[in-house]
Amino acid sequence: MLVEILFWVFAAILSVAALAMITVRNPVHAALLLVLCFFTSAAIWLLMEAEFLAVVLILVYVGAVMVLFLFVVMMLDINVEEVRARVTRYALFGAIVAGVVVFEIVSVVWTRSGSGTNVDAVAASLPANHSNTAELGQLLYTEYVYPFELAAVLLLVAIVAAISLTMRKRAGLKQQNIAKQVAVRREDRIRIVKMPSEGSGQPSSTEKGA
Amino acid sequence: MIRLNWMLVLSSVLFAISVAGMFINRKNLILLLMCVELLLLSANMNFVAFSRITGDIHGQLFVFFVLTVAAAESAIGLAILVVLFRERRSINVEDLSTLKG
Repeated sequence: MLVEILFWVFAAILSVAALAMITVRNPVHAALLLVLCFFTSAAIWLLMEAEFLAVVLILVYVGAVMVLFLFVVMMLDINVEEVRARVTRYALFGAIVAGVVVFEIVSVVWTRSGSGTNVDAVAASLPANHSNTAELGQLLYTEYVYPFELAAVLLLVAIVAAISLTMRKRAGLKQQNIAKQVAVRREDRIRIVKMPSEGSGQPSSTEKGA
Repeated sequence: MIRLNWMLVLSSVLFAISVAGMFINRKNLILLLMCVELLLLSANMNFVAFSRITGDIHGQLFVFFVLTVAAAESAIGLAILVVLFRERRSINVEDLSTLKG
């Protein structure tokens, strides 16, 4: 019973936060409301006993992605009023599409499964010391090791792409050109000038006397 | 106990909210990216619910990979956004009509 109450409370918070996120004017407030959405979702996933994913959601999304969002929002000097769409024209259309989506899924779900099956029906038989993280890790490093490596490569590519996109070439920045330095030859740097020597090359008599 | 129906309806509500958000904030590129994140979250919620009800951990692994791809996507998307803002001094989607056919 407590689990049900918690679920409904979290579901209400999640829906309200999502609704507020898409309607607030300030992008910083929208990002913070999205953080609330992720946090509440992590709580719901904990209720579903997906502990590892709940922690990963908070670490990766709240800790990294949303901080990146906030960073970008605060770094760019955005004119909020300018990018704000005229709500009246498209809000109605968006609401209709959203209503149709919800109606379709709800009607399908309710006609196919009635009041619904209990989510914990299968998993309730798991032992008390069952570890979600250990099970995921077991699968991730055996059966899914190749996709796992691919995901790592994907993240590396994303890092390189993001850095190379945003790297700025400032004027007056002194940089080394390694290829040019290696390719340099003796003739580029020194010039041998043929000159007639001064005098006869013999020490003068005054120097000899001294 | 939590029923599967509730999870499906919750995720469909989240999905619908994020789709409506794309309509409402169709000019603001940052909010569009945020709506995409919310949309992926609602899809992940279905994965978690079905993984729980079938007792099959593979669904949770799929969520793991979706999170990876979503993180990479938002990083590159924000990088493009920063470059765009430097170039145009605006993040209005309607200003991006250079490739209009």
